[in-house]
Amino acid sequence: MSDLKSTGQQTADAPTPEDALHEAASLDAREAAHAPGGKAAGPVLAADGTPLKRSLARALRRQKMRALALIAPLLIFVLLTFIAPIADMLFRSVENQIVSETLPETVVALKDWDSEGGVPPADPVFAALYVDLFIAEAQKLHTRLGTRLNYEKTGVSSLFRKTGRRVGRFDTDTYTDQITALDPSWEDPATWVAMMESDANRAALPFTARSWDRWTAYQLSEGDDPAKEDIEDVLFTTLYLDLRETGGTGAADARIAQIAAAVGDFDTVSLSEQFADADKDWLDPEVWGTIKAFAPNYTPGYFLNSVDMQKTPHGIEARPENQQIYMKLFKRTIFMSMVITLSCIMLGYPVAWILANLPTRTANLLMILVLLPFWTSLLVRTSAWKVMLQQQGVINDTLVWLGIVGDADRLVMINNQFGTIVAMTHILLPFMILPLYSVMQTIQPTYLRAAKSLGATNWTAFWRVYFPQSVPGIGAGSVLVCILSIGYYITPEIVGGTTGTFISNRIAYHISSSLNWGLAAALGSILLAAVMLLYWVYDKIVGIDNVKLG
Amino acid sequence: MAALTPIFRTPVTFYVPVVAAAGAFAGLFIGTAQGSGLLGIVAGAALLAVLALAATRLLDNERAVRWGIVVLFTIGGFLIGSTPGLILGLAFGWFFGWFIYWTYEGRYRAKLPPYLTPGQVLWHFTFRVICGAILVFLITPILVVMPLSFNAEDFFTFTPEMLRLDPEGYSLKHYKDFFTNDDWQQALRNSVMIAPVATLLSVSFGTLAAIGLSSEHVPFRRAIMAILISPMIVPLIISAAGMYFFYSRIGLQGTYFGVVLAHAALGIPFVIITVTATLVGFDRSLTRAAANMGADPVTTFFRVQMPLILPGVISGGLFAFITSFDEVVVVLFVGSAGQKTLPWQMFTGLREQISPTILAVATILVAISICLLTVVEMLRRRSERLRGMSPG
Repeated sequence: MSDLKSTGQQTADAPTPEDALHEAASLDAREAAHAPGGKAAGPVLAADGTPLKRSLARALRRQKMRALALIAPLLIFVLLTFIAPIADMLFRSVENQIVSETLPETVVALKDWDSEGGVPPADPVFAALYVDLFIAEAQKLHTRLGTRLNYEKTGVSSLFRKTGRRVGRFDTDTYTDQITALDPSWEDPATWVAMMESDANRAALPFTARSWDRWTAYQLSEGDDPAKEDIEDVLFTTLYLDLRETGGTGAADARIAQIAAAVGDFDTVSLSEQFADADKDWLDPEVWGTIKAFAPNYTPGYFLNSVDMQKTPHGIEARPENQQIYMKLFKRTIFMSMVITLSCIMLGYPVAWILANLPTRTANLLMILVLLPFWTSLLVRTSAWKVMLQQQGVINDTLVWLGIVGDADRLVMINNQFGTIVAMTHILLPFMILPLYSVMQTIQPTYLRAAKSLGATNWTAFWRVYFPQSVPGIGAGSVLVCILSIGYYITPEIVGGTTGTFISNRIAYHISSSLNWGLAAALGSILLAAVMLLYWVYDKIVGIDNVKLG
Repeated sequence: MAALTPIFRTPVTFYVPVVAAAGAFAGLFIGTAQGSGLLGIVAGAALLAVLALAATRLLDNERAVRWGIVVLFTIGGFLIGSTPGLILGLAFGWFFGWFIYWTYEGRYRAKLPPYLTPGQVLWHFTFRVICGAILVFLITPILVVMPLSFNAEDFFTFTPEMLRLDPEGYSLKHYKDFFTNDDWQQALRNSVMIAPVATLLSVSFGTLAAIGLSSEHVPFRRAIMAILISPMIVPLIISAAGMYFFYSRIGLQGTYFGVVLAHAALGIPFVIITVTATLVGFDRSLTRAAANMGADPVTTFFRVQMPLILPGVISGGLFAFITSFDEVVVVLFVGSAGQKTLPWQMFTGLREQISPTILAVATILVAISICLLTVVEMLRRRSERLRGMSPG
């Protein structure tokens, strides 16, 4: 065996199936070499008669499977409870089904309308909107859609709400009256149910059939029987429109032909006028442009919003000056993370140095002072800073007592950037000290002495000899602090006021207060991308496997 | 090396000005507090210069002189500011007694290499003072919270009674409030219900996975590791947002189970990291030996592997526990009012109706952290001893 060990490639200190596999391979090669010309002795066999190579390969595979089987439960758990939510958030940041789901007819009808033309769309589009809005109003979905579109164009929300109240009282009963006057049986919903069961009728009345299906689906979901509910004006309107369009040719129902013949002489109602009557904004091409621009199922709109741009009917534009807040917030988040990282380096470097250079006993004792805040609840530390920094707080009281500041002009140290920076530097300082300390422990103090004995000044010895060796620690600590600070929420929320808040506070605001979840998801995705970039850098510098705690 | 540095008595022109400067610095504070900073500087400098001269030139019994200075300062402090003044005087007296002889005898050089220039010596001590200041910065906020939690008033600052060390200024009423107030008790109950279950989940899954990850042949090891560690790296607000959206889709938002799952996910990286670190030193031939002697994998795991990695598993569990116990962002979004935990209650308290009960809770939490920190440290040493490494 010892003879073989030297021939095979080794993967670990202890023998493993993989080593044995390599050994078997080299054994095979040697056997082949030892039997020149003559017959090869055949492959080495394991105890059960299978070739050793195959049996070892099987053992290796089994080992891999066992490792995976051990990991699998946790992996599935994390994928379900953590990765899936993140993926869902990414999906939500582009998801935009609400427009095409609530206004399916309108979205199709708007396809041919030119949003640059400066005129509102023609009557068929209004007819489509009439059907969509009527059903949406019944389902109480039109306000949600209004809210969604209001993020893109202000005023749409109230437009939808106002029109929703009016849409059931449009003058379209003209059609109902005229059709039922011709044949009163149209009033009976059961005849509609029967009519809509025939494919020929459906082909003759496509718009009516589609609207009928949506309407009855809604009625069924409410627990109503379509065969018993009154037929709404909207269905008579679509019937009229269909018959004027197709003439009802091919319909199996004789009643349809009867109406089709009379349709030419009907009194008509202009739906665009009805809408304009409800709210004159419906004649504004911008409103229609917005609906058209957000008709697709997926939209970059939220992402554009989160970088202070917007998708308008005329393409992508910058938001008005007074609505640009996100770029400012991103810049502030990055700036403050930088400041916090820098101050952590400034404060952490000396402490790490002294910890690494003191005798072990003393260093361990001082280490407790570093680890205690690290282990203390985040909220305890944040509340401590609130107590320290507020105007009637400990620091101000001490300063007043010492007579350094007057009682009337106490320093404002909280609810601004200063408060956030101080509190977060304190909270994140251990994350800088610990990696720095572990790197500095490995730097030989003799190098520094050698440099000095060769004539270097204190500064040169530090800057040219010690500092370059400590750079990996600075890198690891900085990336860690930066990752943590860029997504901080609690501390800025409590001590940040309005000027010291981060992008994460805005995300929380959109989730819980403004309910613009898409925008929250888009902002979160951008933040996540930034953190992933830093994570990748951290992986390059330190390696995820080398993360240590305490 | 250090012991070889010879020490000499320093000349009068060195130690008297140094001691006087220190006295002036201390006098500045006492003087400002009493009304005149300038007078404090002059009086402090003069007093200390005279004391230093007297101690070194007139008397030569160091012990007696230092005790004398302590008594002198204590009486002086008591006259100026009664009880707190007495304590401050005691501290100042001890410090200056020590400082005079430290500079006079040249003891400050004793532990330094003999070749250092005066400038380097000065820098050495300045640097230590800077480090001390930073460590004070690290620890002060926590230390300030503790006495304030015994405040008899509803203030977030020291009252004059507290500064006078008057027993009237202190009370346990905020602790009493914490233990009797229904909101806080409900929050405590919720925390105690959520954290252990979440810990149990993450420890059981995490330990198994760590054992799997530490075997030699794991396909996609790096990718798996990246996924398992990600809950620690992804900002909490993003995890919270994602979980809020996703859990409300599947009906887990606002349920106890949802919060437990979320917290378990957040605790997993800590378990993975600590347990894999313990397994690095695990001798695999032990499991092979056990298998050789006829133990099945389950027996091997519980009788051989588990006892050896138990310290790592427990400290991983403690990390996971404290993660869940301290977590506020995720529970804020994933939970509903019925899952209000202790940190959540503190967060609302800090944002809205601010009450010093928070400080009492904070003190209790610090005490818990100290206990956990001690346990983790002991476990780490034990595990290193078990693996034959020297504790360090």
